[in-house]
Formats: sequence, C-alpha cells, structure tokens
Amino acid sequence: MKKEAMTSMQRVLTTLGHQEPDRVPLFLLVVMQGARELGLSIQDYFSKAEYVVEGQLRLRAKYGHDSLVGFLYAPLEVEAWGGEVIYAEDGPPNSGQPFIRNAEMIPRLKAPDIGKNPCLLKVLKTIKLLKKRVGDECPIVSVVVSPFSVPVMQMGFGPYLDLMVERPDLFEKLMQVNEAFCVEWANAQLEAGATAICYFDPVSSPTIIPREVYLRTGFTISKNMLRRIKGPTTIHLASGRSLPIINDLIQTGTAVVGVSCFENLAEIKSICRGKISILGNLNGIEMRRWTPKEAEEKVKEAISQAGPGGGFILSDNHGEIPWSVPDKTLMAICEAARRWGSYPLNIPEHYGK
Amino acid sequence: MTDLSHDFEQTLLSLDRLAARQLVTAAQNTYTPIEFVDQVIMKALTRIGEGWERGDIALSQVYMSGRICEELVDGLLPPGDAQRKDQPRMAIGVLEDYHLLGKRIVYSVLRAEGFDLKDYGRVTVDEVIAKVKEDHIRILLISTLMLHSALHVQDLVARLKAENLDVKVIVGGAPFLYDDQLWREVKADAMGRSASDAAKLIRSLMGGLA
Repeated sequence: MKKEAMTSMQRVLTTLGHQEPDRVPLFLLVVMQGARELGLSIQDYFSKAEYVVEGQLRLRAKYGHDSLVGFLYAPLEVEAWGGEVIYAEDGPPNSGQPFIRNAEMIPRLKAPDIGKNPCLLKVLKTIKLLKKRVGDECPIVSVVVSPFSVPVMQMGFGPYLDLMVERPDLFEKLMQVNEAFCVEWANAQLEAGATAICYFDPVSSPTIIPREVYLRTGFTISKNMLRRIKGPTTIHLASGRSLPIINDLIQTGTAVVGVSCFENLAEIKSICRGKISILGNLNGIEMRRWTPKEAEEKVKEAISQAGPGGGFILSDNHGEIPWSVPDKTLMAICEAARRWGSYPLNIPEHYGK
Repeated sequence: MTDLSHDFEQTLLSLDRLAARQLVTAAQNTYTPIEFVDQVIMKALTRIGEGWERGDIALSQVYMSGRICEELVDGLLPPGDAQRKDQPRMAIGVLEDYHLLGKRIVYSVLRAEGFDLKDYGRVTVDEVIAKVKEDHIRILLISTLMLHSALHVQDLVARLKAENLDVKVIVGGAPFLYDDQLWREVKADAMGRSASDAAKLIRSLMGGLA
C-alpha cells in the first residue's frame, strides 16, 4: 500500500532512522545551476546570499528534490584564509595559487575570524535566509572541508602529500589550526539554521591514501571533529572509494557516507544496513550524456541496490552536479526517483546487476 | 639476473627513499643504468600503475613512488644523457585547471622511465598552441581534473588542426576515468588511465609518427 506523502524533512529523517519513508529522498546537488535560473554568471550568482537563496528555491520548485544547499563553492574556505578563487563561465570556482607557499609558514597561520570574514558571513546569511523561507519543511545541508583535506587547497596536493611524509611536525601544527577552525565553522553554520553538516573529506578515501595512513590521520581527526560538531554529519569522500574503510567510517560517528560510483551499492548496503545511511552514487560526469531512458535505468539500479529498508539518499557521487548536465537529464532523474523510489519498492532487488 | 623489481616496488610503496637508493647502489655492478631503469624501475612503476587502476594502490603511493624514482633516474641518467631514449619532442600541461597533482605524477613517472619532456604547468589553449609551435612538440599530454576543463580539450585539438600542427594529444585525469567515452568526444588521440599507461601510449604513438 502506498504510504502517505511526507515533507522532505520527514522523508530524510525517516530514512536516516533506517525506516522506509514514502519514497527514497533525492539530494539533487545543484549548487551552481541557480545562476542559470537567474540569468547570472556563476561569479555574479555567488556574490550575494540573496541570489543563492533565490536560485536554490527556484531549483527546488523546478525539480522537487529533498534538500537545499547552504554551500556556495569549495574554495570559499581558502578564500576566507586569504586564498585566491578563480571563476569559470562553465564550471565551479576553483582555488588558485595556494596561500601556504612553503611549509615554514604553517606555524604562523591564523584562522579566519568567522564573525568578521565577508565570505563566511555570506554563507551564514544564505543559510539564515533559506531557513527563514523553508523552516523545518526541507533539510538545509551545509559543508565544511575537513581539516585533513582542506590543505589540498591551502598548499597544493603534491606539497601536502610531501608534508605528510616528510614534515610530521608541521603536519600536526596544520591539523591543529585547521581542526579549531573546522569545528567553529561547522557549529556556526548549524547555529545559522543548517540541518546537517557535510564533512567533505576526499583525502581520507583509499583512492588517495592507504588505509594504514588513514587510520593514524584522517580517521582520528574525523572522529574528533564529528564528536565536537553539534549536529548530524555526512562524511563525503567526493567520488573516492569507501569500501576498504567502510567499517572505520561507521566508527567515526557519521550518520551518512557519500560513496563512489565505482563501488557496488549492494555490497556497501550489506555492510551499512541499520548502522549508517548511504548517499550516492550516480556518476555525475557520465550523466552529461545520459539519455532520459539511461538516467531512469541508473536511478532504478541504485534504488534497487540501496533503497530496501531505508538508510539511503539518492544523489550524485561527487556532491555537486556539473554545469554541463542538461536540464532534461536532471528532470529524468527526478521523475525516475519519484516513480521507482516509492515505498514499498517495486523493482527486483539488485536490478541491472 | 634476479628480478629486483619486486623488492624495489616494496621500497616505493613503503615510501622508503633510503632503501630504494641502497638498492640502486647495490645493483651497480649487475645492471647498467639504462638496464636498471628498464628492468627494475619501469617494471615496478608499471605494477604500481596497474594497482592504481584496480583500486588497490592509493594515489599518494603513486605520487611518492614517481618522485622517488624521478630523483634516482636523474642521478642514473642525467637529463640529456645519450642513454635516454630516442624519443619525439614531448610536453605535458594542465589545461585551464588549477589541479596540478595528476600532471606532476605523470611527469615524474615518465622521467623516471627515461623520457625527457617539457613541463608547461597550467596553460590556456592559446598558451599551449604558442608553446607547441615554439618547441616543435609532437606528443602533448594534457591533464585535467575539472569536467569543464576536460571539455576544453576539444577546442585545443581543433586549434592544433587549424594551425596544421601534427601533434598527438594524450589526455588523462578524473573526468576521463569517470566517463571512458569522453576522450573520443573531445577528439584526443588516446587516454591514459595511469602514469605508466602514459608511457605505454607514448611508445605506441611513437610508431605512428612521421
């Protein structure tokens, strides 16, 4: 029997409680696409909280997905530290030249003052305005880049890997300053009205570091951070693999894990069932050229593998839908999520595999 | 000769520079420098690349292995050494993207395998065209992380053709791994899934160069 319709918030909370809601929640993470709705360049769009709020609300009205995003762009965090942001016309803003130009600068680093920093205040204003508009009807997901992963933008990926291996003393100092900022920044966003924090931690993925390194670095750090963040969290590995560390991720205290499109959702589900929820794992890159029929098949496949019993939020695997994914594909994904995601599910288990 | 490449691979995966160096020193009487590069370093890096493609080896291990080998090979075969391979003029760059790690890994691994190539760093389409002309480049390796940068490879290939530049373009990076049809769509000549894959592709493309 078809279940009574729920609000997005009820739908998400039910699935996070490992129960089946009315249908599988969909986090369509359209972060930049509001610019297109408002007829603005991506740079102009992100210049004002009011634009982002209007863009987010219009996108949700159009697609009917189950989340609003209190997040603007990843390099905003390094912008707050004085780093450079490079805008593109057809993609997300990128971090430019790292502001830690050599490791010896690390002991002198001072974290930004959240109460005075214009770009951080813009994010808080975005969250507050979204909250004012939707109340408790829809979750507002905000983001922090983990203390362990943000150095990729602070100092560049290669120099950061060198630091980890060659300068453990300075690595520790960098973690200390980043950890203090991360907790304060996450809690400020929760206070502003964010429902949950996406703890973006791609460097912890076994795609980037071996598990033995993760256990003495990213794992310890995330456990400590999640304990101090005063709200629910999702650890997102941003397309990186999670399976070799999935039991470790469960131990961090996260409520949700964002998983890669290269991983078998059914296998992940068999480990996570009843313990943590899964977010994922549509291939956002390949999505560009999916036909509506292919989009429907991919959605069906994901739902059949991870949907039974709840504990699943359908999303892309990276945490941000690329600018070049056509509107008709996004529409097809949303339509398929509503059609095939209604509980009780009516798709053969492990469909397409 | 005993196959040293397995021991050498282990020193790389445990990021043990010193042990790797000691292994090179100990092998001096058994291998010529070029033999060591071909029979030990290349074999070890190839297996590490294959491990990365399977998801068994992490990117940080590929990166550090490449760096350690690059330093060793620079000692064994200094740039311009006559024993370095006979090869076309090559360059590598990151197209309109600020993520340099992938390029750095491929650059290190190729140099560790005895190739000489120019490092263009981060370049726009206009910049890369000017450099390719100036340096008479025949094989161009392009790395990207962002999807929109990967899509701009198509503009680069069109410009190379419009300027009558006979250059083979090899692409690599996350967007091409996540969509294995993308390299054809942007009209590249080949796509590398790993740094050691790049070396194989260069060797195969070298055969087709006039």
